[in-house]
This record gives sequence, C-alpha cells and structure tokens, in this order.
Amino acid sequence: MSPLAAILVRDIRIAVRVGGGALIGVLFFLVVVTLTPFALGPDIVLLKRIGPAILWLAALLASLLALDRLFAADHEDGSLDLILMGRAPLELVVAAKGLAHWLTTGLPLIIAAPLIGLLLNLDGRAEAALMLTFLVGTPALTFIGLIGAAIAVTLRRGGLLLAVLVLPLTVPVLIFGVAAANAAVAGSVPFGNPFTILCALTLASLVVGPFAAAAALRQEME
Amino acid sequence: MRLSASDLACRRGGREVFAGVSFSVRTGEALAIRGRNGAGKSSLLRMVVGLIRVAAGRLALEGGDPEMMLGEQAHYLGHQDALKPSLSVGENLRFWSGFLGAAAADIGAPLAAVGLEALVDLPAAYLSAGQRRRLSIARLLAVKRPIWLLDEPTSTLDAAAQERLGEFMRAHLDGGGLIMAATHGVLGLEGAQELQLDQIPSPQAAEASS
Amino acid sequence: MAVIDLANPSRFLKFANRTIPWLGGVTVVAFAFAINQAIAAPDDYQQGATVKIMFLHVPGAWLGMLAWGLMTIAALGTLVWRHPLADVAAKAAAPIGTAFTLMCLITGSLWGRPMWGTYWVWDARLTSVLILFLLYLGVIALWRTVEDPSRAARAVAILTLVGAIDLPIIKFSVDWWNTLHQGASVFRLGAPTIDRSILIPLLLMTAAFTLLFAALLLAAMRNEILRRRVRALRLMQASCVS
Repeated sequence: MSPLAAILVRDIRIAVRVGGGALIGVLFFLVVVTLTPFALGPDIVLLKRIGPAILWLAALLASLLALDRLFAADHEDGSLDLILMGRAPLELVVAAKGLAHWLTTGLPLIIAAPLIGLLLNLDGRAEAALMLTFLVGTPALTFIGLIGAAIAVTLRRGGLLLAVLVLPLTVPVLIFGVAAANAAVAGSVPFGNPFTILCALTLASLVVGPFAAAAALRQEME
Repeated sequence: MRLSASDLACRRGGREVFAGVSFSVRTGEALAIRGRNGAGKSSLLRMVVGLIRVAAGRLALEGGDPEMMLGEQAHYLGHQDALKPSLSVGENLRFWSGFLGAAAADIGAPLAAVGLEALVDLPAAYLSAGQRRRLSIARLLAVKRPIWLLDEPTSTLDAAAQERLGEFMRAHLDGGGLIMAATHGVLGLEGAQELQLDQIPSPQAAEASS
Repeated sequence: MAVIDLANPSRFLKFANRTIPWLGGVTVVAFAFAINQAIAAPDDYQQGATVKIMFLHVPGAWLGMLAWGLMTIAALGTLVWRHPLADVAAKAAAPIGTAFTLMCLITGSLWGRPMWGTYWVWDARLTSVLILFLLYLGVIALWRTVEDPSRAARAVAILTLVGAIDLPIIKFSVDWWNTLHQGASVFRLGAPTIDRSILIPLLLMTAAFTLLFAALLLAAMRNEILRRRVRALRLMQASCVS
C-alpha cells in the first residue's frame, strides 16, 4: 500500500470510529439550521430567500469541527514525528489528510443539504444549485482549514484560535458560494459567473492549502 | 556507513541544552547516550532525526543514500508510541508498515517476534503500556531501515521483553545497521560506545565556574 | 420470577431469548389485523385517502415520546438506584425512539405538503418534535463518544433528564401557541373528537407499533449486553497475553 493511500485509509477509519462518527458534522449542520428560525422568526418566505446563505454558513461552521484534531491528535501521540520521517513529501501527506477530512465531513454535508434545505422551504432549483455549490466549495473549506489546523497544531485548545484564523480566509468561498446558489434562483446574474470563480477558488486552495500547511507544520515542529 | 557529529549544540526555548557534542558511529556499532534527566538525551536524538534544528556544529551521514534525508533512513522510537487507540493492533502496524515503505506486506512475522500475534484484532486502546511499547518495536522490525534511534527503549518493558529487545538490536547490528540509544539502564550490547552528556562542559557552565 | 430478578443480565438474556420470538409473532399478527382495519376505514371527505398517513404519523409521534419517557425512567434508574440494566435499556431505546420520531417527521411532512403547500413550517409542534429528534441524535452521539459504557451512561442520563422537558412542550404546544397543526383529538379532557371509524384503526395500529417497539427494545437490550460481554472478554484477552 502506498504511503498516501495508507494515510487516507487510516484517517477515514479514525474519523468514522471516533467521537460521533462522520455524521456528527451533519448533526451540527442540522442544529445550526434549526436555530435560525428561532432567531429570525418562522416566516417561511424570508427563510426561503436567505436559505442558501444560512446553509452555507452552517456548512462552514460544521466543516471547522473536525479540523482542530486533524494535526493535533497526530502531534500528541508522536505520529507527526514519524510522518515527518516518512519518504512521502509532507505536502502530499497533508493533502491526503485533507481528502480524508472532506470525504468524512464535506461529503455527508453535500448529501444532507437537500433534506435540510426542505426545512427552509427551498424549492428544487435552489436545492440543486446549492448541492452543486457545496460540491465545489466544501473542498475549499477543508483545504483552507488545513492551514489554520497546521498553525494551531501545538496548542492544546486551539479550536477557537483555529476558527479565528480560518474563517476570514474562507470569506471569498462563502461570497461566491452563496452568490452562485442565489443566482440560480433569482436569475439576475447568470449562474456561471460566480460558479466559475468558486471553482477557481477551490482549485487554488487545493494547491495553496497543502503547501502552506506543510510549511506551518515544519515551523511548529521545530 | 558512518554517522558522525562534531561540536553539536542544541538550543531550546532560549536555553542552551548541550554544546560541544561529538560522536562517530559506524555500521555494526552501537552508541549509548547517558546523562541525568534534562541533560538533553532526547533532544540529541531528535536532532539526529531532523526534528530539531542544529544550532551549531556538524552532523553527517556517510555511506547512506544521498537522495534521502537522514530521518528517512532511520527509525525513531521516542517516548510516545504513535498508536491510534481506535485502530486494532494489526491496523496500526499495517499503517506504519505501509507508510514507512516496508518491502513486504506481512505484519504477522513482526507481531509474532514481539509476542503480540494473538492480539492482532484487538483495539489498541486495550493494550497495557508494555504491550504498546512492544507494538512500537514491531514497527522497527516490519520496516528495514539502517539507523535506529531509540529513546529509553527499555522503559515499561519487563525482563523478558528487554531480553528480546536486546536480541533484536544485536540482529540489527549484525545485519549492517547502527544504533544510537538514550538509556538509564543496561542496553545488553557488548562493546557499545558511551556518550556522557553531563560531562561535556558547556560554555555557560565554564563561565559560571570560572 | 419477580421482575426485579430480571436485573441480573444473565437472567435477562434468558428472559429475552424466550420472549422475543413469541412477542415477534404477536406483533406480526397485530399488524396484520391493524393494517386490515386501516385499509377498510373510510376516506376523509376533504383529504381523501391521504388522511391514512395518520396511521403511521400518530404512532410515530407517540412512540417517539414514549421512548424518551422510558429513557428518562432509565436515567433515574442509573443515577438514583444504580440499577444494572437501566443504562442498557436507555442505550437500546435511543435509536428506536429516533427512528419513530423520524417516521413521525417524514410522514407528517408528506401529509402536510398537499394541505399546507410546503413540506415544513416552523410552528410550535413541528419545531418541538424536531428538537426532540435533535436531542435523540445528541444522545446517540454521546453514547458513541465516551468509551467506557458506565461513564457514558451517567452523562447520557443527565442529558436525558434535561431533555425530558421537551415532552410536555410537544404535548401542549398546540394549546399554548397558535399552530397550523391539528389540536389534541385523542388524549383530551372529555371524549375524543375523532370518529370511531378512524379512532379504532388508529388505536389498533398504535398497539401494533407498541408491540413492535417492545420486541425491538428487548432485542436491542440483548445485543447491548452481548456487546458489553465482548468488550469485557477483549479486556481480559489483552491482560492475559504476557
């Protein structure tokens, strides 16, 4: 088994077995969405209009959940030392861990989004657009999050700092994700415009994320 | 193959941990690093691995693979076990074996060598400290690397397990490897060099005493 | 044999092994009869045949709440009396209650779509049942997160007791708030307001589902006891290997 495949399989196994399993991100997503009518009032017309925005915010917060243990757990039990002694480039190892995180956090969100969208009274067109923006945008959330997780690796309770570091970096993804989802419904802007920018952001993050995270890890391990 | 250092110094958190350390270890040789707690034994090993930056001095490996870093040709057995409690014994070993690039996919032989083959499907969370240590040692047997860097390898091991570890180390040296081990106790290796970290005068100590 | 003797897990296993087969048989018979009556029941003059979703929706709601009530009693059993099977019952009941609550939510959603024009509204009753569903999922997540079953049991017991406040909220939500959902028509002071031709099949279906719940609960408790035995054996295995 190649080193990267080994890391991928191991991280997926751990994510599925530990804590609430892979579905706790979806549960958090559902809880956040459930909270919004309590804050905004049960006006279903309003909820339908801002539904994509609420779902994107909730997905963003849910993606953050598993990130702070991503490197910290390996650091605490000494695995990170050995990973740095492996023959696979650290950037690729980090990318493999990112992929495992997306498969166990982002992918369940994409599947759950349409069902939870029903709670906000979204129609079929809005749901389809939302799923598509999630599919393209959640990898960006994961891979940008890798950077913050790597910076906060040596901190014991780095969770909040991680959120503070990562959330501002994800703002462009949020803007274009919501814009694309809304464009599909309102029709004033063609869907393709914000969507292609979202794709570009994700592709950039797939490269920048692992490199920045690997550099941060090497610095922190000093 | 020769692993050598001259005038190595280490700085952690603004404090100088050690300075002026020199050693030379050849294929088939072992070096025991001794010193009181805090003398820098672990730091020295981590520096050789490449996890800590060299503050001063030179560290060189001759005869190894020039394409690889030192750490990529070495095994490091630190204080921590690098085991995931939610994975089974077999899954943990298979992961490290695959990640570190073992030639063979068989983990049965290393597990049997450390006496854990009966527990292959047991979640690692259920292991005692000694069993976890033995599983870490199995990692050294599963993947062949010439340099072994061991930090207190006998801690948490009972007498029988320490005996077995001594056998593994002798076999490793006979097979063309070299060992550097930090230890308080007896390594069980004849002819091992000794490096005393306490007795090397650091410039700060020299200044303080003058 | 007194009920208290069942407190011993081994005796409970024997009881479960004897009881589950015939309880399952009775459940199947009850369903056969109840479904027969449900199909024979008249259609509503306004809603037509869709009114019969009620025969799934109402039992789902009642059993979702019953399961949490059972978990609440089990929670007291764990915290106050330290009954050995209390946390087994609580852990076994959680997924079953979750499934019934989900059935209630989905059938209600499908039923409401033709009537209200939307799959979901945030009125008091629907929201409080959704909260119950979230509480169930939280309990299940908590069971899975804490490794040691007996420590998990105490944490879950506290969460269950706090969450029990949702049950009266669900029951009285249609009275306290202005909601789209139908008001109480069976459990109320005075006679039920549903016509007998619908009420009888409804009660029969509820009884059948309750029997199903009991059978599933016993089976799940048996599984949990066996699971704990496996865990104990593994701990022994690890300590036996030198």
